[in-house]
Amino acid sequence: METPPLGGAVAVPPLLQVDALTLAFRGVRALSDVSFKVASGTITAVIGPNGAGKTSLFNTISGFYRPTSGRVHFKGQDITEVPTPLRAKLGLGRSFQNIALFRGMTVLDNIKLGRHAHLKTNVLDALFYMGRARREEAALRADIEERIIDFLEIDHIRHAPVSALPYGLQKRVEMARALAMQPEILMLDEPVAGMNREETEDMARFILDVRSEWGVTVLMVEHDMGMVMDLSDHVIVLNFGQLIAQGAPAVVQGDPEVIRAYLGSGDVGDLRQRLHAGIDKREAA
Amino acid sequence: MDWAYLFEISLTGIASGGLYALAALAFVMVYKATKVVNIAIGEMLMIGAYLFFTCAVTFALPLWLALPASLLAAGALGALIERTMIRPLLGEPPISVFMVMVGLSSVLVGLVELIWTADQRRLPELVPNTPIMVGEAFLAPKVFYGALTASVLIAVVLLVFRFWRGGVALRATASDPAAAYSMGINVPRVFSLAWVASAMIAAVSGIIVGSIGGISSSMGVFGLSVLVVVIVGGLDSVLGALVGGLMIGLIEALAGAYLGGEYKLLVTFIVLVMVLMIRPYGLFGTHEIERL
Repeated sequence: METPPLGGAVAVPPLLQVDALTLAFRGVRALSDVSFKVASGTITAVIGPNGAGKTSLFNTISGFYRPTSGRVHFKGQDITEVPTPLRAKLGLGRSFQNIALFRGMTVLDNIKLGRHAHLKTNVLDALFYMGRARREEAALRADIEERIIDFLEIDHIRHAPVSALPYGLQKRVEMARALAMQPEILMLDEPVAGMNREETEDMARFILDVRSEWGVTVLMVEHDMGMVMDLSDHVIVLNFGQLIAQGAPAVVQGDPEVIRAYLGSGDVGDLRQRLHAGIDKREAA
Repeated sequence: MDWAYLFEISLTGIASGGLYALAALAFVMVYKATKVVNIAIGEMLMIGAYLFFTCAVTFALPLWLALPASLLAAGALGALIERTMIRPLLGEPPISVFMVMVGLSSVLVGLVELIWTADQRRLPELVPNTPIMVGEAFLAPKVFYGALTASVLIAVVLLVFRFWRGGVALRATASDPAAAYSMGINVPRVFSLAWVASAMIAAVSGIIVGSIGGISSSMGVFGLSVLVVVIVGGLDSVLGALVGGLMIGLIEALAGAYLGGEYKLLVTFIVLVMVLMIRPYGLFGTHEIERL
């Protein structure tokens, strides 16, 4: 897997840029002075022990939390003050750590809702002039059915209510819904948490394909080290709300600060093993 | 058994059940979107009726102007309630919101008595006075036209929320506000919209109820039966509101005719208790409600 140049001499502005982000809840600092860039077309992973601030970071980027200080830039635009729904329109799609699907609805309805931000009919159209609404609906349906459902291999469950699906499939539907938003960056919060080996491998393949076939940049939070090391071009390590290391997977793996964060100052062997599991897998492949 | 009499009573019951269904729809819409138990639904009906009274009698506007004007005013009131009382309470415990709603109902009654006094008023005649005959059975014209208006309005509301994407936004918001928000749905606007629509629907019910029985500062009691309807139907179920409305209307009419008017509420509350014993979430309610 090749690593695109990051922050090289060519002045391509990063897709997402986080500057000195600080988030405090009544004095407790969930994030302090976190800065990083996500280059277009990369897969970037955010790792760190529990409570390191990974999900807080995600929620700040997608606008659920207002940062205490610092800025978030997306496509060269300062979006720090932009409300969440507008961020979705700009091309920021995300999934949630605890699946947040619309439970009463079918898989297809959920996926359709992903395109909500981009639909253009208003209430008068819907009431008095169904034409445009219908055409848009039809185009939308075709687009979604052909591409996303095929891509994520969920054709057989398109009319099933999501609440009846097994966990792994729900995660996949959530990803489909996020893709239907036609995002430029897809933020995945623990895409393989709680999945078995086979489901994890499927998801890893989908994430790689999202980047290569759909041209979507991926930013993910993940605990599965093997997968992180395998997929990512760039890894960001958080600990107690601070960015303690970032760089290519191989670089981050060797960083003593990272090893300490995961294990305290004690035995390093176990972590090395876990970190290298990723590398071994990649070499074997 | 006098079958003709039974038929006539049932007809009246179902017709007034249509009114319950309409008011219950206003309740369910707000509950679905914002999870607020709008205990003040009866008072919102009342305010709607008084606004119409003001437009049609005090300002002597023609009907075609008075009706939309009073609905707009009711919608504005709904928006005001949402903005000043509901949104600041986002994330607060449900019991706080509930108490605010109890307060709101007192405030609305107080407002009505301040502005319009506690005297009973009559709304202008809206419909022709010729009796409606269904076969042999007689149906009071006001009840008939009221039920007709209610059914048409219910149908329109259901269609709009089925086909317009605002309806989809409402369902998504009801299901998972955070996910809806990150999906590009403007959740605060959905909240506002639900309150505005609910206040307008409540106003229409209020106008119908008021034109049948007159308006007074105590007409909020109608809300009690509406609460029974939505609890029986399931707080978040539109279908439940419709079926529950017809059912309660029918039961009240039958109880009133065969047992006497004083048994109406007794019988409906017995039905309420029985339904809750068998199905704690109401007939069509979502089981998840229990966890809230």
